[in-house]
Amino acid sequence: MIKVAVVGAGKMGISHLAILGANPRVEVVGVCDSSKIILDALYRYGHFPCFTDFNKMLEQAEPDAVVVAVPTKYHATMVRDVLKRGLHVFVEKPFCLHVKEEIELVAMAKQLKLVNQVGYHNKFLGTFKEVKKILDDNGIGEVYHFHGQSYGPVVLQPKQGSWRSKPTEGGGCLMDYASHVIDLINYLIAPITRVDSSRLQKIFSVDVEDAVYAMVALENGVSGMLSVNWSDETYRKMSTSVTIIGKNGKIIVDANECKIFFKSKEVPEGYSQGWNTRYLTDFTPTVQFYLRGEEYTAQLDYFLECIETNTATKVNSFNSAAQTDKAILLIKEKQ
Amino acid sequence: MERILFGDNQFFAVNHISDEKSMAQSIRFKEDAAIIKTLDVARNNGINTFMCTTHDRIERICAIIRSNAVKYEQYNLYPCLPYAHKYANSITENGVLGTFQKFVPGNMVGSLLKGGMAVLSRDYIDLMELMIDSELKMFKGLHTPVIFLQNVVTDLLLGLRMTDFLVGFHRYIKIKYNAEAGFITMNMPMLLDVLESAGIRQPIICTSINKAGFRMSGGMALYEKVLQEDRARIIAMQILAGGAVPVSEAIEYVSSLPGISSLLFGASSKTNIEETVSYIHHFDQMYTVPQKMPIYA
Repeated sequence: MIKVAVVGAGKMGISHLAILGANPRVEVVGVCDSSKIILDALYRYGHFPCFTDFNKMLEQAEPDAVVVAVPTKYHATMVRDVLKRGLHVFVEKPFCLHVKEEIELVAMAKQLKLVNQVGYHNKFLGTFKEVKKILDDNGIGEVYHFHGQSYGPVVLQPKQGSWRSKPTEGGGCLMDYASHVIDLINYLIAPITRVDSSRLQKIFSVDVEDAVYAMVALENGVSGMLSVNWSDETYRKMSTSVTIIGKNGKIIVDANECKIFFKSKEVPEGYSQGWNTRYLTDFTPTVQFYLRGEEYTAQLDYFLECIETNTATKVNSFNSAAQTDKAILLIKEKQ
Repeated sequence: MERILFGDNQFFAVNHISDEKSMAQSIRFKEDAAIIKTLDVARNNGINTFMCTTHDRIERICAIIRSNAVKYEQYNLYPCLPYAHKYANSITENGVLGTFQKFVPGNMVGSLLKGGMAVLSRDYIDLMELMIDSELKMFKGLHTPVIFLQNVVTDLLLGLRMTDFLVGFHRYIKIKYNAEAGFITMNMPMLLDVLESAGIRQPIICTSINKAGFRMSGGMALYEKVLQEDRARIIAMQILAGGAVPVSEAIEYVSSLPGISSLLFGASSKTNIEETVSYIHHFDQMYTVPQKMPIYA
């Protein structure tokens, strides 16, 4: 039994809480939030010990691991507190607001040998995992270009909203939306290390950008484009896709399907020359409890497994999330 | 409940398998007339129940059905609430509280906030009832013998172990709407255990059941075992596993299973509707259809 505490009961925190609550390997020993109405509902109707004070929860609930799902600006402080107590930590994306904080936290987690993971859930989706495998096996030859896109209907009219509309708190399309596609590019191909040009565009928001367009280059020299817009109401929900072009083929992948073109007869097992379409259903292992997508359960299962087996996370470690934040910073600086 | 129920995903660009198909559907069903035409094709194939989300556009479809009372005299609607993306997108933009304030009528949220921890626990159930009423307004005057809670909410409450809300939903649908409550879930075995232990017998549960084992949390074997036990009125959804299984094979699988009252599917074209219905009839004849208690006479 792993004892887990959750701080932050917003959209992601509540979702993690439910997934952990349904997991027989987990005992939820505490949930902490500053919102009275939510905490009150959890207290009256749920079965988890509730706290209003984060440090009090860490002290009294004695968790083995903590899920941090508060607004980004609080991540660094809380993650540091958790690590200091020698506890494993899963933190929501994006990791932190400042690179300096990240360097410190990456080193701290490494030194203390604590499991550390950031919630970039796309990497636990079957379609993206399959593409990673094909690319690692050099399936489409030398990659020379990519296009990462993410669109969705978040801000559709001019008005102020939550912390997500405040640039100092980690709001905006770049941190909230584009971070997913940046993180995927970093994972699938190579980390973004240079930004040639970028444009952060306000469409409806006053203080933050609603769209991000950038020309970027990766550590291995491959160049590509990012195009992200969270004010696009032609999408029912967030839709992230990546097109990758290599000398021997091409991949178009999103959360639901991957379309892969192989130029020659030399193809990975199960594929053939020309176009191949594979669906999420082909690659999705059953989870014990489903909420909003298998990937949300899968990422927490992975976190718990790393704790149980005392191994470092190979996917979504603090280090990989820090690289994503570095790319975010480069895009910000270049505009 | 009828053996075959018609779903609405195809009308609202919900395609679990392809974003491209989603957009094509969105274009195809831009006009309400296109939706009505498809519903009529399904009706001509003997499907008299439309299971639909409380999406804004359903309001207009309801108005059309209401104004053609004679044509749709025997027609049933099974509303599924809430339309979750409306709330999820609002939470990202307005926060959880802001979302409550936006969607709950009156100043209920304001008074909850003022009361803080001191409010009576009853208030939260009241809040849920107000939200149910606001979502169901569009169905006024239409036949809605079963009203469903969408899986994202059912499963969230299940994971949070907030069983009181599931029971509260079940009770309120019965007393206020004189209808039966149904629960959509991706975690059928777990939900059934929880509902039974809360005293709800033979609940109506709509859940993914398909030959690919897709979205059958806990595994196919567990689902098949629970179906044998005949503890619920089950509606199988996602029977085609988003297209992963060929139609005839997919339908043979669900037809051959015991304990499934109804099959839910959605399709856009006349050919696909006719094909699916004829396969269901074919395999239902081959395997005996379980006789379950009807919900209403």
